[in-house]
Amino acid sequence: MNSIIEYFTDIYKGVRSLWAGMRVTGKYFVSPGEIVTEQYPENRATLKMEERFKGEVIMPHDENNQHRCTGCGICEVNCPNGSIEIITKRTPNEEGKMVRVIDKHIYHLAMCTFCELCIKTCPSNALAWGQDFEHAVFDRSKLNKVLNKPGSSLKKKEVKS
Amino acid sequence: MNSPIDMSEEIIKNIIVKEDDDYIVNMGPQHPSTHGVLRLEVCLNGETVKYMVPHIGYIHRAIEKMSESDTYKQIIHLTDRMDYLSAHMNNEAICLAVENALEIEVPERVKYIRVALDELSRVASHHLWWSAFGMDLGALTTFFYGMRDREKILAIFEESFGSRLLHSFVTPGGLMHDVHPNFQKHIMEFVRYFRKKLPEYKQLLTDNVIFHNRTKGIGYMSRETAIAFGVTGPSGRGSGFSCDVRKTAPYGLYNEINFKEILHDEGDSFTRYLVRMEEMEESLNILEQVADNIPEGDFTAKMKPIVKLPEGEYYQRVETARGELGVYIVSDGKKFPYRVKFRSPNFSNLFVLNTLAMEHLIADLVTISGSLDLVIPDIDR
Amino acid sequence: MILDIYSFSTLTTYIDKSLHAIMAPWLAVAAELVLIGLLFLAFYALLGLFLVYLERKVCAVMQNRIGPNRVGKWGIFQTVADFIKLVTKELIPIKNADNFLFNLAPFIVIIASFMAMAALPFAKGLQAIDFNIGIFYIIAVSSLGIVGVLIAGWSSNSKYSLIGAMRSGAQIVSYELSVGLSLLAVVVFSGSMQLSTIVESQANGWWIFKGHIPALIAFVIYLIASTAEINRGPFDLAEAESELTAGFHTEYSGIKFAFFFLAEYINMFIVAAIAATLFFGGWMPLHIGHWEAFNRVMDFIPSIIWFFGKTFFIIYLIMWFKWTFPRLRIDQLLKLEWKYLLPLSLLNIVLISFVVLMGWYF
Repeated sequence: MNSIIEYFTDIYKGVRSLWAGMRVTGKYFVSPGEIVTEQYPENRATLKMEERFKGEVIMPHDENNQHRCTGCGICEVNCPNGSIEIITKRTPNEEGKMVRVIDKHIYHLAMCTFCELCIKTCPSNALAWGQDFEHAVFDRSKLNKVLNKPGSSLKKKEVKS
Repeated sequence: MNSPIDMSEEIIKNIIVKEDDDYIVNMGPQHPSTHGVLRLEVCLNGETVKYMVPHIGYIHRAIEKMSESDTYKQIIHLTDRMDYLSAHMNNEAICLAVENALEIEVPERVKYIRVALDELSRVASHHLWWSAFGMDLGALTTFFYGMRDREKILAIFEESFGSRLLHSFVTPGGLMHDVHPNFQKHIMEFVRYFRKKLPEYKQLLTDNVIFHNRTKGIGYMSRETAIAFGVTGPSGRGSGFSCDVRKTAPYGLYNEINFKEILHDEGDSFTRYLVRMEEMEESLNILEQVADNIPEGDFTAKMKPIVKLPEGEYYQRVETARGELGVYIVSDGKKFPYRVKFRSPNFSNLFVLNTLAMEHLIADLVTISGSLDLVIPDIDR
Repeated sequence: MILDIYSFSTLTTYIDKSLHAIMAPWLAVAAELVLIGLLFLAFYALLGLFLVYLERKVCAVMQNRIGPNRVGKWGIFQTVADFIKLVTKELIPIKNADNFLFNLAPFIVIIASFMAMAALPFAKGLQAIDFNIGIFYIIAVSSLGIVGVLIAGWSSNSKYSLIGAMRSGAQIVSYELSVGLSLLAVVVFSGSMQLSTIVESQANGWWIFKGHIPALIAFVIYLIASTAEINRGPFDLAEAESELTAGFHTEYSGIKFAFFFLAEYINMFIVAAIAATLFFGGWMPLHIGHWEAFNRVMDFIPSIIWFFGKTFFIIYLIMWFKWTFPRLRIDQLLKLEWKYLLPLSLLNIVLISFVVLMGWYF
């Protein structure tokens, strides 16, 4: 007799536990307000990435097309993957002295692991994170970027007051 | 405590004898339930698993070798890529090893933030495990609920570190930069949110009668087996093996925090499931203790720009979401380590699979490998 | 009061008459057969596409997602796009497969589900063949599909497929019993196996209400057993994704895979339609005893809407199961049948016979 009671309590408990699960999915079925999907290409206008979002490494330029990169190469040394290449050139400055300035700051986005060491170690704060994340291209070579814009020059050190 | 002889017997009795007419089914490298590129060579007798040989190495990236040509700060970003779900704990292992070697005392604020990150990562990792475990058992809806809640943690990560999964945020001596001002507020919001959602997890899976039938008594692992194979983490604690590094060898702030080690003795898949579910709740408790009390201060200790460890050997272990991660560094005094070795939890956890899955059905093999919560990149490194 | 409902037989007899008027009798019959065949083909394809779309939407909302929303408004053409993709895909030949059987299997599966549809009464007077052993016929042909599944698993020379097919075989053989026994409940109540008679017998109330407890038990058992019979979650062991990748149709591609896929959904529709016909009155509107006014209002809703409404309600129930529960293991699946469902349905038959003998139903 006991086993018969056990048999039926088993069925009852089983059905009750199943019903509890169905209540959860049923609840979400009737509450479409809980939908969490973000419709990506449509929400582009409102989609704001976090300020610290690591999209890519960029070199901020000011309105005079000036950056702060001195071409010292510390970022190149610190990069664990070799995603940064620095090409410098020697040009005369205002006093006519030959100085080393940056020619090309090449950044291979495809090799970057976003470890932040280049930005962290840059002594003149020339690099920063960009928030652009749509990096898909048809040709891998397009991911090799030159960070300093053409015609840009080194910003004069602000005189500390 | 058992004598070592018992443990070797544990292993000997599971030595695989291959025969010519074995019915071999290759599960993987591409298979939905191996969660990555793991190949299980399963020998079947009807639906019963006769034996099972794991084949690893499909995503070996030589992280240990690469570490030998990287500075200590550069190694951090490689450890992210081992157990990508507990990336933060992996980072911390290296950092703690370096800090202990250099005898640097990190600021109090850093310790608090590190613990908060540890526990957030642990909850996020268990979320993903819960989702995937449900999916292994055929309950596809759990996947989306787990992911939905994990998203909240990833949003916190993204706000503070800029990345969601592989945030090389911890550096030797402290943190990369300070956390976002909203960090504490959002953690508390998440804790409140997740406490509301936890009963759903219980109704959907924990109490489900089909789930009980699928997991109870499946893949029994005795305490001896766990110790013999070095199974740590929630899987080991489900067998009564007290192996929580946070308790046995506290690092960071863990000896000041009030939390309990989740320990169960039954040793089957359901127990391993329960341990993880209770660990999530325990992590929420830790988060509540920590998030409100993060002191003001520096986010990094004073460090030289180039870290050089004194000549010697250093070992540091931390508790990741899957078990004990050990970092063994041999330094010859230069800025690159001479040798780095990781003792990864998943490697040990994987090789107990054969012992557990023997004489079970093929469906149980999926259950068991799901309940061990394997992350393949951590095995191959 | 049933007479008020528009009967499709006026339309069908008109077509029949006009065909006979313009051609020889044998030609007219042939034309009718072709016409019905084409109608069913179109209906079959459209229904399959719609059910796939419905399933994706239902599960999406349950999982806090939107579901397909790119092709057309609300993604209604998503399945059409998928179908076009499947049709244009390459049919991959399998090495060492038994090619004849490999190509035959999808057709067997699809023909079985096609045959079952012929006997369904979709609305008043809208039924292709009204067998006097309708239920018997449907049970017989719907279990033919398993032959296709077994052949598919055997011929595709894959271990996953073979295991899936063997599981499926064991599953169908056992669950066929419960399906038959639970359908027998309604046969006992209505005293007929003819589907049209069964529907007529529910003019004063559906069997699930008239037959109270035993009918309810029979309905629940039928729902569980038939879900198992059509290999849907939580009984989808034959194609258990996390264990056997795709089970018996692992090696199939392109349109041949689409056949299996379509047949699975049509089988779901057939199962739900049978449940609706037998327990919920088929196309019969909701009638309560002698509430004439109420019954008359209900009669205004066309019978075809009643039929599809009920069917889709049951389809929704089946989907609800699938997207909530974990999958059973093969031994548990068999245990559920032999230990729980079969004894219960046998007991239920005894109970029903007793109830019917005593006249304790409405």
